[in-house]
Amino acid sequence: MKKFVKDLTVKAVEYPHELYVLLKLTDTEPLPECLPGQFVEVKVEGSPQTFLRRPISINFVDREKNELWLLIKKVGEGTHRLAELKAGDCLNLVFPLGNGFSPVQKQGEKVLLVGGGVGVAPLLDYGKYLKEQGAQPVFLLGARSQSDLLEQELFKAIAPVYVTTEDGSEGEKGFVTQHSLLKNETFDRISVCGPKPMMVSVARYAKATGTPCEVSLENMMACGLGACLCCVEKTVKGNVCVCKEGPVFDIDDLTWEV
Amino acid sequence: MADLSTKIAGLTMKNPVMTASGTFGYGVEFADFVNLEDIGGIIVKGTTLHAREGNDYPRMVETASGMLNCVGLQNKGVDYFCEHIYPEIKDIKTNMIVNVSGSSPEDYAECAARVNELAHIPAIELNISCPNVKQGGMAFGVTTEGAAAVVKAVREVYKKTLIVKLSPNVTSIADIALAVQDAGADAVSLINTLMGMVIDIEKRKPVLSIATGGMSGPAVKPVAVRCVWQVAKAVNIPVVGLGGIMNAHDAIEFLLAGASAIEIGTANFVDPAVTVKVANGINEWLDQHGCKSVGEIVGQLNA
Repeated sequence: MKKFVKDLTVKAVEYPHELYVLLKLTDTEPLPECLPGQFVEVKVEGSPQTFLRRPISINFVDREKNELWLLIKKVGEGTHRLAELKAGDCLNLVFPLGNGFSPVQKQGEKVLLVGGGVGVAPLLDYGKYLKEQGAQPVFLLGARSQSDLLEQELFKAIAPVYVTTEDGSEGEKGFVTQHSLLKNETFDRISVCGPKPMMVSVARYAKATGTPCEVSLENMMACGLGACLCCVEKTVKGNVCVCKEGPVFDIDDLTWEV
Repeated sequence: MADLSTKIAGLTMKNPVMTASGTFGYGVEFADFVNLEDIGGIIVKGTTLHAREGNDYPRMVETASGMLNCVGLQNKGVDYFCEHIYPEIKDIKTNMIVNVSGSSPEDYAECAARVNELAHIPAIELNISCPNVKQGGMAFGVTTEGAAAVVKAVREVYKKTLIVKLSPNVTSIADIALAVQDAGADAVSLINTLMGMVIDIEKRKPVLSIATGGMSGPAVKPVAVRCVWQVAKAVNIPVVGLGGIMNAHDAIEFLLAGASAIEIGTANFVDPAVTVKVANGINEWLDQHGCKSVGEIVGQLNA
């Protein structure tokens, strides 16, 4: 897949939560093909502390409006600067990067999409893709509290959404792996994106039930192109680049203790 | 349009811009962003006699205007390179140069001898300056005796252009440069990364898996320019300058300091098309200043 380095235009900026910003980007020409689960590397201008690009997963691609969405959590100086962008500003992207989530395996397959925190971002695009391709996605989203749940209406428009919150303010109380859905239903496969402890516990559930499972990793990166070998993850094939061979890995290829 | 061509001993380059080892993969990773043949030379990832897994993650940490890495020469070994990677890159019409590393003079020589057999690899860059491997690497590059021993062993078996990459983590980089010149190097390139360290104050632990790493990026550029200036005055072989070059302005500093060519490293991570922009920028600057060729400014410092 051809990769590009391009200035996109910020079309709209939304603030769904005090810690998050949603950038809707567009271009004068049609945006290139991007697969669900791929990511972009954005350049943060004017900050010596933010020397490298920031890898951000693609939240959604709206072909009709020619928009690419980035849902960004404000963590450090770089992401705080991105949150200061205004409509009309330019943002330089290297994209699309990485392998993305698995394509549809068979018609009607039930795919559980588990997300936590900002890890829900790429699941929106993937869920839409799965539904369009004749699969049956189901979302299971975890958050600390009701106010931390992001893009709920958009997820609900695609497929059933099940929720856990740590304080019980919405959905079932606890972590995603404690949700009754996992006791009551079975799935053909699972895709996960979120904090590592969450992904590990979902991977354990998947192993225990014999369900194929893939996870999306977010190791610290420099180039995003498989050149610098900084973002490696240990796999059964040795150290491989998360930016190029991933970010999505089958849990059977990782060396996690699950 | 100025004449951008330059020579590094037996190597003729269409322009003075090369890519630094470990920052440009094997070139093909960047083919979507630049025409690889518009780059003067591509120095591919460090290659060793035997495959190396490299160091554990985390291998990279960002710092003000730069970064540290401790990748540790992860590569699949020279045989894999010759069989699987060389066929993919040999027809790229620029100077494809292999960076060679090792843990003993014999290792270096054996690896260099294999690369010597590859018709489309006109030069090697000998890495005696990697700060991220326990054995070898920088251990050879920090003494005149160690540096000379490796270069001598490689010179006996390597018949094409031999560039030796020097470490700045030494008392006198000019002395090391003289030692490798006397041992038969055709050119020197400098600087490799500066050894550094970053600490996570909450965990009270170093951020990098092996505690220290090599620092690169614009933060190190003044150190690199100083090293190039000192070495260029001391030796009579060509000097290749690198360290934090982000644009044509930076590249011209190195040329004025005495470098006949430059390498771009960390900047490739920020702008994957930077190499060709720098080559074009050098051309514009030469035109604006009435210079007809790159050679007119190499070492032409009013100091």
